[in-house]
Amino acid sequence: MKRRSTWWRHALLVPITVATLYPVLWVLKMALTPSDAFSLSASPFPDLRTVSLTNFETLLSSSLFWRQLTNSVLVAGATTLVGITLSCTAAYSFSRFEFPGRRAGMAGLLVTQMFPGVIIAIPLYVLLDVTGLLNSLTGLTLCYATTAIPFCVWMLKGYFDTIPRDLEEAALLDGASRWMIFTRIILPLSRPAIAVTALFSFMTAWNEFILAATFMNRATAYTLPVALQAYVGDRSTEWGLFAAGAVLVSLPVMALFFLLQKQLVEGLTAGSVKG
Amino acid sequence: MSIRRSQIIVLVFLLVGLVGGCGDETQVETVELWHAYRGAEKEAIDRLAADFNANQGDYQLEVLAVASKAYKSKLTSAIPRGNGPDLFIEAHELVGEWARSSLIQPVSPEVELERFTERSVDALRFEGETWAVPLALKSLALFRNRSLVPDAPATFEDALRAGRASGQRPFAWETGEFFYQVPFAHAFGAQVVPPEGGVRLDEDGLGRSMDYVAELVRQGDLPPEADGAKVSTLFNEGRVAFVVSGPWFLGDIRDDLDFAVSPLPDLGVAGTALEPFLTVESLFVAAGADAPPERLAAVVELLAGQTGSLARAQEGRQVIAHRGARTDPAVADDPILSAFAAQSDRAIPTPNRPEMSVVWEPASRALRAVLSGNMSSEDARRRAQREAESFLRPKPEPSDPLPFLAGFFLLLSGGLVALIRRARRETWWPQAKASKAAYAYLAPAFIGMTAVVVLPFLVGAAVSLFAHHDGEFTFVGLRNFVRILASTDQPIGDPMSFWFTLVVTVGWTLANVFLHVSIGLGLALLLRDPWMKLRGLYRVLLIVPWAVPNYITALIWRGMFDTEFGAINALLSSLGLAPVSWFSQFATSFAANLATNTWLGFPFMMVVTLGALQAIPRDLEEAAAVDGAGVWDRFRHVTLPLLKPALMPAVILGSVWTFNMFNVIYLVSGGEPDGGTEILISEAYKWAFTRQAQYGYAAAYAVLVFGVLLLYSKATSKLSGARVE
Repeated sequence: MKRRSTWWRHALLVPITVATLYPVLWVLKMALTPSDAFSLSASPFPDLRTVSLTNFETLLSSSLFWRQLTNSVLVAGATTLVGITLSCTAAYSFSRFEFPGRRAGMAGLLVTQMFPGVIIAIPLYVLLDVTGLLNSLTGLTLCYATTAIPFCVWMLKGYFDTIPRDLEEAALLDGASRWMIFTRIILPLSRPAIAVTALFSFMTAWNEFILAATFMNRATAYTLPVALQAYVGDRSTEWGLFAAGAVLVSLPVMALFFLLQKQLVEGLTAGSVKG
Repeated sequence: MSIRRSQIIVLVFLLVGLVGGCGDETQVETVELWHAYRGAEKEAIDRLAADFNANQGDYQLEVLAVASKAYKSKLTSAIPRGNGPDLFIEAHELVGEWARSSLIQPVSPEVELERFTERSVDALRFEGETWAVPLALKSLALFRNRSLVPDAPATFEDALRAGRASGQRPFAWETGEFFYQVPFAHAFGAQVVPPEGGVRLDEDGLGRSMDYVAELVRQGDLPPEADGAKVSTLFNEGRVAFVVSGPWFLGDIRDDLDFAVSPLPDLGVAGTALEPFLTVESLFVAAGADAPPERLAAVVELLAGQTGSLARAQEGRQVIAHRGARTDPAVADDPILSAFAAQSDRAIPTPNRPEMSVVWEPASRALRAVLSGNMSSEDARRRAQREAESFLRPKPEPSDPLPFLAGFFLLLSGGLVALIRRARRETWWPQAKASKAAYAYLAPAFIGMTAVVVLPFLVGAAVSLFAHHDGEFTFVGLRNFVRILASTDQPIGDPMSFWFTLVVTVGWTLANVFLHVSIGLGLALLLRDPWMKLRGLYRVLLIVPWAVPNYITALIWRGMFDTEFGAINALLSSLGLAPVSWFSQFATSFAANLATNTWLGFPFMMVVTLGALQAIPRDLEEAAAVDGAGVWDRFRHVTLPLLKPALMPAVILGSVWTFNMFNVIYLVSGGEPDGGTEILISEAYKWAFTRQAQYGYAAAYAVLVFGVLLLYSKATSKLSGARVE
């Protein structure tokens, strides 16, 4: 294919990117300004005379921060793995088998997304309390992983459906088991969709704070967003620290996205599925 | 990625999680204390606790700081289940509600309450008992920029004159919040919750106070619709002479600003003092506290006694309730602390009756309607009264559950019969038996979903058949639903009616999903070309809105829509257009919410589309190009149909999430104007948390949201031609 002219794309993308980044620059500005106040102005750039890293220093120098970061990493990491494992198997079942209850199951998954959180929180609290999972990262992980399942299953099932069945049929004839087909053919070919769902599951756990704040009874068991919300008061907020925390919280997500990009956009390069 | 390896990793993670969760279980006996303080106040408490723990070894005082947004719901879920703290610190306003719901215990007679200021102890009495020990006092006072106005004014009118003479705006406070209106309401003789109970928002005095403040706004002496950010910006830039705010404002003030605090002056036109509400932050003993009484008493003494009070004043900058500690020179000679202390002796404790919780929303709505000139004060206060009364429901007569149970039983058995019939069809059972493998793959996800989502939902949905009143649930059958659907509490065209909110919610969802999909898809297509320069950079930068937590970016967006300082109006005026007051009209307020949520949501759609595009073999499009199909034709007839299966889930689920997107509405428009931009889920939250804890009614709202979504998804999947399967 010929190299096409792309200047018009940049002409479109540059203003969109600038507009997209404007509010984020604001977060950076607040993070770099050592003040509790949220001062309004149109300029997203910090006043160079007052720029300082104080807020970041305050956050990073507390040992609790590192403990809470570890909690967040554990919970989000485990959520991603559990969520993806459960979703891949379920999505495979929905995509490749015809069985009674299949349509009801898919519809049921969608329906669970419609349950408003406001009525689930209190019964969920009781459930975790009864099972002894209150105040534990495991309980939190289970909650997050299951919340992420429906989207992941739908996304993966949609993607699995686009993978031609010829390969599997050939493999079946060669005597491969279902499990082998699933792990050796379907999963490797679905890297883009797995990347999307991994990012999604990770984000579900990484940014959530209401459940975590309600379920955890020790500061050492808090996740980062809970710690971050502690800077928000009823009537006023420590904006500098809050923004600095938000910046720190969003860095790993961007890093993860950067790492997953390859999977996301170079998923199907080999010729294995064509034809 | 091999599945086996990842399974092992999962196990390791779970084990680590388990260990991490259990590792904190200490054997030493503890007294648990919860609070929602931050900054210096939190540090003072932590310091006191650390010293306490270092000086004796029998037991430990364990302190937990809870985010204020989650604090109340955490207390109300933890205490009844025996997971609560022994002691907690909270404002006194909820004494009535909590005492009636048996969440707290009365103060033991050994605590010498005469040590504390009279008003603070009065605030904690309810139905013949005293329910907590007062710690800190918060109320509004007058902040003055001393370089603009050197001397404290004697009356509010003096302040007005001095402010005008300073060349800047005289006043700023959070105008639309009823809390800041209260001093004026009191001055004009209004008493919103009288001691004998009930709500009185339709008093003439309240109307006159709103007219008085509206006149200040009209004269340009007071900015309309100011929030905390705007007030602190004005004060820090020296553009306002006086600010009415509380001790929490101290942290927002620039270090080099010359300011002073004084009690609110008299309001000459009314002939009385401007008396704000007094909030008494107090130490409560939770119901079911399991620490022995002498240990609880020791911790109460630690925090509320002379030494602890002094420490909280000096280190935490708190205005303390302890009289003895107040006379200490360290407090008495501090100009700011003593000004707030003087104010606290002429402030009226916020009524602690349960009715108080329903006042804020209707009163603030009325206030905003009057300040914006949309409503006369008379109409506004009448409406506020009506609304507050509709929130205040007496304990309902219980319904007879028998017909209901019978109906439920009939429905259940009907369902069972249908299921058995189906199962008996010849093909069904053998098919199911042959699908063991399919069920095996499905089982883990199914079990997880049932336990964590479906069961809690069923329990939660059952709450919709009850009414909650003072901690007790009464069975009311379908009456909650009837009230909502028949709109018996308000006219159908009122922004608070279910049907009005439903229309707004559907419009909100459709507009958002359209913008998310079209922008996300467009960007993904632009960024698809592998030869394009910088595409990796664009891609990372464009997902930033998704990566930064939305509870902060939504607030930034709110700031961008500020009339005076916001970026959007700055942009408009640089284009020669008139500035817009975004949150005062429905259309612009809705647009502000929409812009925020579009910004938050398009990166997700872009990422999903980027992934989905990989499922499309490029050669198909290239073949179409060779055949002479144009760009649009290729997109319309080749790319889009191929994208659809992978994109549909994101579109349907995206619309479901948008339907329930509480954060943006809450943080950006806050429902302004007049509750018009509220969506169903934010209404449900209000019923549960700000309108006298009507959990049953809120649950009915949530069940209806669920029903609407069910219909909505059926309709969209029909419209889009995609089957839900």
